[in-house]
Amino acid sequence: MSAGKLPVDRADPLQHVRSPNRTFGPQPPGARFEVIGKRMRKVDAAGKATGEALYTDDLALPGMLHGKTLRSPHPHARIKRIDTSKAEALPGVFGVVTGAEMPVKFGVIPWTQDETALAVDKVRFIGDPVAAVAAVDEETAQAALRIIEVDYELLTPLFDPAEALARKDIAIHEGNKHGNITKEVLLEFGDPDGAMAKSDFVVEDDYEFHGTAHAPIETHVALARYGSDGVLTLWSATQIPHYVHRELARVLDLPAPQIRVIQPHLGGAFGGKSDPFSLEFCAAKLAMKTRRPVKFLYSREEEFYAHRGRHPMQMHFKTGMTRDGRLTAVDSEILIDGGAYSSFGLVTTYYSGQLLTGPHDLPNYRFHSTRVFTNKPPCGPKRGHGSVQPRFALEVQLDRLAHQAGLDPIEVRRRNFQGAYTTTVNGQRVTSNGFDQCLDQVEAASGWKARRSKLGRGKGLGCAGSMYISGTNYCVYPNDMPQAGIQLKVDRSGLVTVFSGASDIGQGSNSVVAYIVAEELGLRVEDVRVVAADSDLCPVDLGAYSSRITFMVGNAAIHAARKLRKQVQQAVAAEWDVPPEQVALAGGFVFDLNDRARVLPSVKAFHLAEARFETLGATGSYNTPNLGGDYRGGTIGASPAYSFTACVAEVDVDLETGEVKVPHVWTSHDCGRALAPVLVEGQIEGSAYMGFGEVFLESHAVNRFGLTTRPNLLDYTIPTSLDCPEFHASIVESLDPEGPYGAKEAGEGPLHPTIPAIANAIHDACGIWLTKLPFTPGKVLAALQAKEAADAAARGGKR
Amino acid sequence: MTAETKILRLRVNGGDVDVAAPSHWTLLEVLRYRLGLTGTKQGCDKGDCGACTLLLDGRARLSCITLVGDAVGHAITTIEGLVTKDGLDLLQRTFDEAGALQCGFCQPGMILAARACLDAKPEATRAEIKEALASNLCRCTGYTKIFEAVEQAVRAGKAAHLGLPATLVGGGR
Repeated sequence: MSAGKLPVDRADPLQHVRSPNRTFGPQPPGARFEVIGKRMRKVDAAGKATGEALYTDDLALPGMLHGKTLRSPHPHARIKRIDTSKAEALPGVFGVVTGAEMPVKFGVIPWTQDETALAVDKVRFIGDPVAAVAAVDEETAQAALRIIEVDYELLTPLFDPAEALARKDIAIHEGNKHGNITKEVLLEFGDPDGAMAKSDFVVEDDYEFHGTAHAPIETHVALARYGSDGVLTLWSATQIPHYVHRELARVLDLPAPQIRVIQPHLGGAFGGKSDPFSLEFCAAKLAMKTRRPVKFLYSREEEFYAHRGRHPMQMHFKTGMTRDGRLTAVDSEILIDGGAYSSFGLVTTYYSGQLLTGPHDLPNYRFHSTRVFTNKPPCGPKRGHGSVQPRFALEVQLDRLAHQAGLDPIEVRRRNFQGAYTTTVNGQRVTSNGFDQCLDQVEAASGWKARRSKLGRGKGLGCAGSMYISGTNYCVYPNDMPQAGIQLKVDRSGLVTVFSGASDIGQGSNSVVAYIVAEELGLRVEDVRVVAADSDLCPVDLGAYSSRITFMVGNAAIHAARKLRKQVQQAVAAEWDVPPEQVALAGGFVFDLNDRARVLPSVKAFHLAEARFETLGATGSYNTPNLGGDYRGGTIGASPAYSFTACVAEVDVDLETGEVKVPHVWTSHDCGRALAPVLVEGQIEGSAYMGFGEVFLESHAVNRFGLTTRPNLLDYTIPTSLDCPEFHASIVESLDPEGPYGAKEAGEGPLHPTIPAIANAIHDACGIWLTKLPFTPGKVLAALQAKEAADAAARGGKR
Repeated sequence: MTAETKILRLRVNGGDVDVAAPSHWTLLEVLRYRLGLTGTKQGCDKGDCGACTLLLDGRARLSCITLVGDAVGHAITTIEGLVTKDGLDLLQRTFDEAGALQCGFCQPGMILAARACLDAKPEATRAEIKEALASNLCRCTGYTKIFEAVEQAVRAGKAAHLGLPATLVGGGR
C-alpha cells in the first residue's frame, strides 16, 4: 500500500483492479489473521461501562465560566439594535459577545459559507443565535440573557420550500445569486426520455420525506481555555475537529498554530456534529475576552434548534421497466428544504441524485434537484446523507413496477444487479459488490419465498436494496494532501501508541485502528494505545463523515505499521542472521518462520530495532485515487469503494386503527471484510433502528409561526426498547481491492433500505402504497379507505 | 444565585458525604458539579431520556428530576459505585463483552436500570428486560446488543447460582 494517489488510467478506471495480479486490499502478514475479523471487545468499552470515560461536559477547569446563548424568537427579522450593557453590568457576568465581534462567515463547504457565530444584521429561524454570555454559573448567565435588549424589524418568513422557490421578492440570504436557491443540479446520463418511452411499464408519482433529527443523547458541548501562552484550546463534542480548527482560526482571526482542538469521548453524532457550531466560537471568543475557561452546554431544546437533520424532500419520480423486469430509466425532480443555512447542502443536493446508480444497473438517468432556503432550523448531513430520501422513492417504485410486471420484488432486484467491477451510468467506479449475496441472505433469513403474501390479513414482507460510499474523494477544501494520517510511537516498555486524527464517535474507530496496528505488528491489542482527535498530537484526518474512517484511516494505519514492521524484521533478521522475510510477528512475539524455537518477545525486538534505527516511529497516510465522472459534480459521490445492503422487513398492520407493528427487520450488509464483526453488527442494527424510527415515530418540523414543534425527547419520539423490531444483522464480505484487508463502510449504508422495505411490506400486507413519510396511523387509515373506495368503484364499474 | 444553600448529608456509593448546594438543585447537578461523579450523564434534563438513571435504595431513579433534598437518607448508587474492590459489576462486563457500548453515553443509566431489573428479577426474560429499560433511550444500538448483554448477565447469574462455570451457560467473549 503506497500513500498518495494510486495510479489510475483515466481511459480505464478499473485497469488496476482488473489486473490479474491484484490482491484484495492490503493483506495481513501471515496467512491468517490474529485480531482482524475476531469478535473483539472495544478498547474503550470498559471505561464507558464504568463511567470513567470523560465526555466534554465531564471536563471542568479551575475558574470555569458557564456560557449561554440568546436566540432569536423570530423566524425572519432584521436586527435593528442590540444593547448588552445591562447584562454586562449584572454581578457574576464576566463577558458578553454579539455577532458584530465575529462577523466572518463560516461553513464547512468553502463556496457556501453563509453562517456567522452569532447573527449579524439578520436572524433566519427561531433559535438562531444572537448573543452569548459567560457568567459565574448557568443561572446568572440565563438571567443576563433576559436583560439583553434586541430590537427586531420583522420580515416575512418562508416555511414552505415551494413558496421560497417562487418568492423572488423575499431573500433569506441577501446577495445570494439565485433567489432562495442554495444549489440546483440537473444531470442527465444516457437517454432517459427515449428509454422511458420504450418501457413496457412506467410508474410516476410523488414522494415526501419529512425532516428528522439526529437526537444524540449527548447534546452539543464545548469548553474553551485561552492560556497565558496565547494558546486557545477547545474541547468540543464535534465529529470533525479539523474543520472546526480551520474555521476557528478564520473567525477568531487567530493563527491556526495557536489553536488546539480536542474531541473527548463523544456521546453520539450521526452527522449532527459535522458542522462547526455557534457554541464553539462563542466559548472560544468569551474565553479570550474574559481570560477564564468557558463552557457551553446546549440544552436538549437548543440541540433541536442547532439541528442539521435530514432534509425534507419532495420528490417526483418516474421509473421505467421492461416486461422481463429490467430497469430502463429513472427521472426525478426533487425539491429540498434546506432550512436557514447552507451547511453541507451543496453536497446534499448532489447526493440526492448521484448515489442512486447502484446496486441496480440503471442505464438511463436524469435528476434535477433544487435545494432552497427556508426560515427553519438548518438541515445538514444525517446518516445516509442526501440519499436516504430518494432511495425510499426509487425502491418503492421498483416494487410498484415488479407488482405491475407480476414479478417477485427480490427477483427484480436480482435481474438488475449491476455486478462487481463496473462503472455506473454517472461514471462512478464500482469495485467489489456483494449485493446479490445480500439479497440471498435476507431472502433466506426472512423465509421470503414461503412467507411473502402468505402471512394473512394485514401482515406482509417487503424488501429493498441500496448502496453507499466508503468516504469520498471530494475533500471539502481542495488540496493534494492525504485524507487520513496515522503516526506510531514505540515505548521501550513495548507499548505502541497510535496517534490517529480520526474521531471515534461511538462507531469504534479507535478500536479498529488498534486492531489493525496490533495485527500488523503482531502485538496483543492491550499493548496498543490510541490517542485520537487532538490537533496538537495527531495527524490530520478529515473527520467522521461520509463513512470514510475505516477505509481511509484503516489504510493509513496499515501503511504506518508496515514501515515499523519492516524495521523490526530487519533488526531481528540481522541479529539472527536470517533474511527479514523469515521473521514473523504475532501474538506479542517475534519468531523465526524456519525455526519456531527461536522466539523473542516483541519488546525485545523493538529494543533491537531502536538500537539499529534510532528512535522508532512511523507515519502512514491514505489518499483516494482519482475518481468520478468527467463532468461538473462528477467527483461528488465518487468513492474508492461502495457498500451494499439488502433488507427485508416484516409488518403487521392493524386494519382498524392504522397502526403498524414491525416484528422483524433482516438486514444484510456488504462491508467488504468485517474487520470487527461485533462493531459491524452494531452499525447494521443501529442503522436499521434509526431508519425504523424515521418511518413511524420521528418528525422534526415547525408550526405556522416557525417554532420547532417537538424540541424534546418526550415529543420527538425516538424508538424505545419496547418500540423496536427484532433486528437481524448479517454480513457479506465481498473483499474490496483497495479497502484495508478488503474492508468497506458499515455505518450509514444499512439505514437506507429499511425505510422502503417497510413501505413495500405494508403493500404486501394490505395493498396500499404509502408514499409520504412518516407513516402515521392516520395516513395508513386514509390509504386503506381510499383503496376500499377504489376497489368498490372498480367492482361497480365491472357490473 | 438567590436560592438558599443548604448543607446536606448524602449517602453515595456506600459512604456519607456532606455537600453544600442550593436547595433547588437536582441530585444530578450535585453529583456532577459538586461531587465530580460525572459518570451520571445529562441528556435532556427533564426526565425524558434516562441517561441520568441511578439507584436510590436499589431502585432505578431519574436524578435529573429528583431534588437533592429528596435523596437525603437514601442510599445512592451511581455507575462509579458499581465498581468494587472485586472489580466491575457483572453487567458492566457483559455490556462490554456483548458489544453493547457504542458512544456509551446512555450506558451508565442503562446499566443501572438493568441492575435494578436483575436485582428484582434475577431471571428476567427478554420481555421483562425490554420493559425495564423502556425509560432509557439509546440512539446507537437499536438495543439489540443491550438485550444480549443483560441476558448474558442473567445466564452468568444462573451459572453462579448453580456453581457452574459461566461458559456452560454461555457468555464471555
